[in-house]
Parts: sequence; structure tokens; C-alpha cells
Amino acid sequence: MNFAGKVRVLLWKEVKSELRTKEMLSAMLVFALLVAVSFGFALEIAKDEVAKVLPGVIWVTLAFAGILGLNRSFVSERQNDCIYGLMLCPVDRSAIYVAKTLMNLMLMAVVELIAIPMFFIMFNYPLPANLGLLILVLFLGTYAFMVIGTFLSALAASTRISEILLPILMIPLIVPVLICAVQVTGGVFSGDLSGVSLYLKLLVTFGAIYSGLPFILFDYLLEV
Amino acid sequence: MAQNRENPGWDRLLAWLTFFSVLAALYLSLVYAPTEKTMGDVQRIFYFHVASAWIGMFAFFVVFVASIAYLAGKDARWDIYAYTSAELGVIFTTIVLVTGPIWAKPIWHTWWSWDPRLTTTLIMWFLYLAYGKIRSSLGEEEKRARLAAVFGIISFVDVPIVFMSIRWWKTLHPAPVVGGSTGFALAGGMIPAFFVSLFAFTLLYIFLMRRSVRIERMSAEIRAIKENL
Repeated sequence: MNFAGKVRVLLWKEVKSELRTKEMLSAMLVFALLVAVSFGFALEIAKDEVAKVLPGVIWVTLAFAGILGLNRSFVSERQNDCIYGLMLCPVDRSAIYVAKTLMNLMLMAVVELIAIPMFFIMFNYPLPANLGLLILVLFLGTYAFMVIGTFLSALAASTRISEILLPILMIPLIVPVLICAVQVTGGVFSGDLSGVSLYLKLLVTFGAIYSGLPFILFDYLLEV
Repeated sequence: MAQNRENPGWDRLLAWLTFFSVLAALYLSLVYAPTEKTMGDVQRIFYFHVASAWIGMFAFFVVFVASIAYLAGKDARWDIYAYTSAELGVIFTTIVLVTGPIWAKPIWHTWWSWDPRLTTTLIMWFLYLAYGKIRSSLGEEEKRARLAAVFGIISFVDVPIVFMSIRWWKTLHPAPVVGGSTGFALAGGMIPAFFVSLFAFTLLYIFLMRRSVRIERMSAEIRAIKENL
């Protein structure tokens, strides 16, 4: 079996176990909606100010919902020592990482598909004209922070305090990604796309580097 | 035994050298160097601010190199170097983050600004705090060293990227005085003050590094003895 085939098998295992428990998806989704409600109450902003605040609110929510899901991503493998089973699979260790990342990206896609429209409804804000660009930035931003996040969740899962450690490790690394994503999203909302291309390029750069580093270093994480 | 490897004569010499160069740096930057024309005396903080920034960056570079060396050879010595250097780097970066706002308040009329330089330094500081957190959350020595080394590499790779990536923002922070596009912008009397401060901070780093490495080695030895008992 080639690399893609092995990843497919591992990914199928991820999907199956998530479909059986639904613990990650349900937690992430409910959390994202709760944050949307809390911000709606807490900020109580006038309609013309929404455009300034909403990009930040959306990205902070997505980042925290992502962290919530990532907390379970590798910790769940600790039950019954499943992680050793995974490590004994006749596959490259990076295949495990790729499968986990793809699964987490799929979960985030579902969360975004439901939560983003809810934001527009709850903040009573019209859908922006440039929907294609909004989808592009959602993809690039989510990709950049989930690839490094999945790696860090593997790192944190081997410690005693993984739930506390993961946000501390992850947030400083994803702050630049969030800054860029908020800038582009703000541009989409205001319709002023002059500065957007620089930040899009930066998002692609961060995505590339944050997927490259785990490939080199992942083998060291899962040593026994 | 570890004591045999140490050379107390060198350490004593280093300690005195550090002591006198710190005194010299204090004298040169607080008394000898001329008062800056527009900023006044508050500019004198620059000598310590820049010196700690350089040493802080250098300390993190040492973490990076030691982390790679550890992963390559699994020699516990490198792990001790990485750990002590990260600790010192956090201390020196804290000095940068404290002295900066003290200077900025009278000059910029604000303690803090979300400027690229400031933002990246703050992110760097948080990254190495997280590095320390990884270490304190793990008991087994081999695992702790391995995971910390992985994060030590990631965090150092991240810093230059973040730094370069947001360079295109307009920056408030003064241009680099040494090696910047403006060339050497320091007035005559400021040059010795700057370089002696830098020298003193470098010695201080080396001195503290040797000290903490020795402490780490001793506690490793004690742990080993305890396990044997």
C-alpha cells in the first residue's frame, strides 16, 4: 500500500471512531455557538460597528473551538493504550499525523459550515458580497492553525497536563495566523481589498511552514 | 564525578571579570556617555535594553542549536544547555520588555504599541514560557528532553518568520543603530558605553550559564544517587 492508501485507512479509523462517540464534534460545535451567543450579549454593538468587531470574534471563536477539539485528538488514543497500537501499524509515523490533521480539518469544516452562518444571523449582519474570498481565507487560516495544532496536540498529549498545556503552546504560534486571517476577513466585510493579497500570501507561507516542520519532527514525538 | 570536570579558578576569574565589566558598563552608560539631545536621560536605558535584547536572542539561538544537537545524539548534556539557556533567555527578554515601555512612555507617550518589533518580542517571550511549561509538566527525563527539544526547534523557527512577516507593517520602533541602514548613529561617547554594556551582558550570560549548568548537573547526580539507594 502506498502512503496515500495508508493515510486513507487511518483516516477511515478516525472517522469511524468519531462517528461512534461524536465527542469532538459535538463539543466543538456547542462551544462555538455558545461563544457566538456570549459575544452577542457581551458586545451589544450597533450595526455599523459590527464590521469592525465580527472578524476578530469569528477567528477567536474558531481558534478556541479548534483547541477544544484538538485537546481530544491525541488524548483519546491514550485510552487502552491505543497510541501503541497506532505506533505498531506498519506505516510511517507521518501517516498518523496526516490522518489526524485531515480528520481535524474535516471537523473544523463542519463547525464552520454551521457556526459562520450563525454568526451572521446572531449579529444581524448581511452576507458579504465576496463569498469566494471569505471561503478562501477560512480555509487558509483554519489549515494553518490546525496543522500546527494537531502536531502540538500530539506533543501535549504525552504530558500529564495536556488540556492546560495545549493552549499555552499553541496560542503564541497561531497569533500571527489569526492576525493575518482577521485582516483578510475585515477586508472582505468592508469591501476594501487593497491590503488583502499580502496577508493571503502570509497565510499561505505560514500554512506551508507549519505543515513542513511537523513532517521533520513528528517522528521524535512518538518515540517510546 | 562532575566536580573534577569543573575548574574553579576559571569560574572565579569569570565572576570577577563579570563584576567589574558590569560596574564599568554602569559607569559608562550612566555617567560617561553624553546625554541625548532630544530624549534626555531616559535614552540611557538604551544601553541595557539593546544589550539584553541581543543576549536574549542569542540565548534562544543556543536553545535551538542545543535542541538539534540533543535530538541528533540524545546526549543529556545538550538538554541541560537548552534548558538553562531558555531560562536565561526569558530573563533577558523580560528585561527588554520592562525597559522598553519605561523608555516608550515619555518618548512615544504610550507604554505599549502593537508594533512588529514589540509584538514579535512578546510572542517570543510567551513561546519560551511555554517551553518551560513543557519541561515542568514531564517527569521522565528522556521524554522531557525530547519533547522540549522538539518545541525548542519549532519556537525558534517561528520567531524569524513572524519577525520578517510583519516587517512590512509601519514600525514605530527605532531603526537598528548597528548594522541598520542609517549606519553608525551613536555619538562619540555613546559607543564605548554601548559596547561595554554588551560585553558585560555577554559575560553575565556566560557566567550564569556555567552556574546553572553546574546546578543542573548536580541535581541530576543527586537524582541518580537517590535512585541507587
